[in-house]
Amino acid sequence: MVQIEAKILVNEKVGPERHKMVLSAPEIARQANPGQFVYVRVCEGYNPLLRRPFSVHRAEGQKIEILYKVVGRGTEILSKKKNGEYLDVLGPLGTGYRSSSATSKISDVILVAGGIGVASLLFLAESILLANPELSILVLIGAKNREELLCAGDFKRLGCRVEIATENGTKGYRGLASDLLQECLPLSGNRAKPLVFACGPLGMLKRVEEISKKRHFPCQVSLEEHLACGVGACLGCVVKVKGSNYTYKRVCRDGPVFDAGELVW
Amino acid sequence: MMRKSKEKLPNLAIDLAGISLRNPVMVASGTFGYGEEYAELLDLNRLGAIVTKTITLKPRLGNEPPRIVETASGILNSIGLQNVGLNGLIRDRLPFLKKYSVPLIVSIAGETPEEYVQLAKRLGREEIEGLELNLSCPNIKYKRGLMFAQDSQATHRVVSRVRKATRLPLIVKLSPNVTDIASLAKVCEESGADVVSLINTFTAMAVDVESRRPILRQITGGLSGPAIKPIALRMVYEVHKAVKIPIIGIGGIMTASDALEFIIAGARAVAIGTGNFVDSRIPIKVIDGISEYMIKHGIRSIESIVGSLKCPKS
Repeated sequence: MVQIEAKILVNEKVGPERHKMVLSAPEIARQANPGQFVYVRVCEGYNPLLRRPFSVHRAEGQKIEILYKVVGRGTEILSKKKNGEYLDVLGPLGTGYRSSSATSKISDVILVAGGIGVASLLFLAESILLANPELSILVLIGAKNREELLCAGDFKRLGCRVEIATENGTKGYRGLASDLLQECLPLSGNRAKPLVFACGPLGMLKRVEEISKKRHFPCQVSLEEHLACGVGACLGCVVKVKGSNYTYKRVCRDGPVFDAGELVW
Repeated sequence: MMRKSKEKLPNLAIDLAGISLRNPVMVASGTFGYGEEYAELLDLNRLGAIVTKTITLKPRLGNEPPRIVETASGILNSIGLQNVGLNGLIRDRLPFLKKYSVPLIVSIAGETPEEYVQLAKRLGREEIEGLELNLSCPNIKYKRGLMFAQDSQATHRVVSRVRKATRLPLIVKLSPNVTDIASLAKVCEESGADVVSLINTFTAMAVDVESRRPILRQITGGLSGPAIKPIALRMVYEVHKAVKIPIIGIGGIMTASDALEFIIAGARAVAIGTGNFVDSRIPIKVIDGISEYMIKHGIRSIESIVGSLKCPKS
């Protein structure tokens, strides 16, 4: 974890309200694991006051990439930043995907991405394939429509099998990525249980958890929550997890990635 | 040359009821965890003092989420005193903090005066520099519907009993959710408090207009951040006129200039709260900025400007 002034190398539109930013951040690039995030201060003033969290989309050499959707004032400001400007970036933060059982060549991997949630999964696919190039990865990408679809080409270039779902049916399967997961499963045959990793809207994650649970597939989900401190100090971003009764874990530090089975849904 | 520049260095050290601070900039309870969370990001030993997350006798689970909402220049929170409990603090958290030389103040809260006494007694056996009585958390249920800090008799009962139970410097954290904060501060002084810290958060709320639901699960929470700074400053000014004991000024401090406003209005020390979430370097920037201000204005010692507000004669 470091706090740095990161130079913006690229800040480009990649779809409707969707942008990709490349930052020069050598320390963060070196430390980052898939599923971790960076916490960015978008302006010096107090509007917005808090930083904005973004999953690390890629980390290579001296650079990191984030993929973001403009949803409010913070991301609006970010989208107007110019190349060469500097941003106050804190990271990498949080606990990411635990993929060691995938990299030890036990099972196949299914990635389920909903909307902008696809951001963290590309980094995961790259990292898994780097450790175990033989592994077969199925990526299910869900988007509202064809225009909002992201990263399909990137996954294909890595050698992943990619299936698309759009809510309006303008490309691929008509429905959610989680519906597509249900559809695809019978095809996966009698091989060892796949590992499922999912990132996207809460409703989709819930559905992915139900499907995985029914078939006893290990499943990890990346949660999105409003954060304050980002480092586990304020206890503002907690989620309920199973315990003797229940207890709370911090999305910013213990997550954002959790075993689906430990969460109280 | 070396000696000359050294002579010019202003003296930021200040004594706070027997606690020696190397500078007047502390970090506020609830915004800095147990110190460990921030240790990678700044040198804890540069801080004036650390005030821990409030501790209760038994661990507390805290409130149901959502617990935070960002508002204009501020944050609403309703954490509900989630904490590791007295034994958890002593067993798991204090050993880490003891590795540092920064003065450590433990914030405590109880449901009854007796619980405050028990906490104070046990913590009196630990290597800590002071206790802060949190009488003003807006996010937990109180038996009579009021926080201790909203009731002068209840304040007196807690403070005077804890006073008898400990020799540690005793700080009492006041609530801004009162009509006359100065009178509550006076009660603390008369009951044996060594220091008052103010302010805690304002009870406040936010509504989601689409669903017409309150955004926080507990409906209301506590407002902090730059939004509350001018009110906090006015309260420090009023309390400074009313009591002789030192004041820790808290409320939306983001810059050295903010901190100096509090010091000039009467605070002997200040604490950074919400600012820690925005930029973990704020406490250090504030310390350095105060130092620069003192050099610029030829001020040798921070002590000399505490409460130095020049009001027009009425």
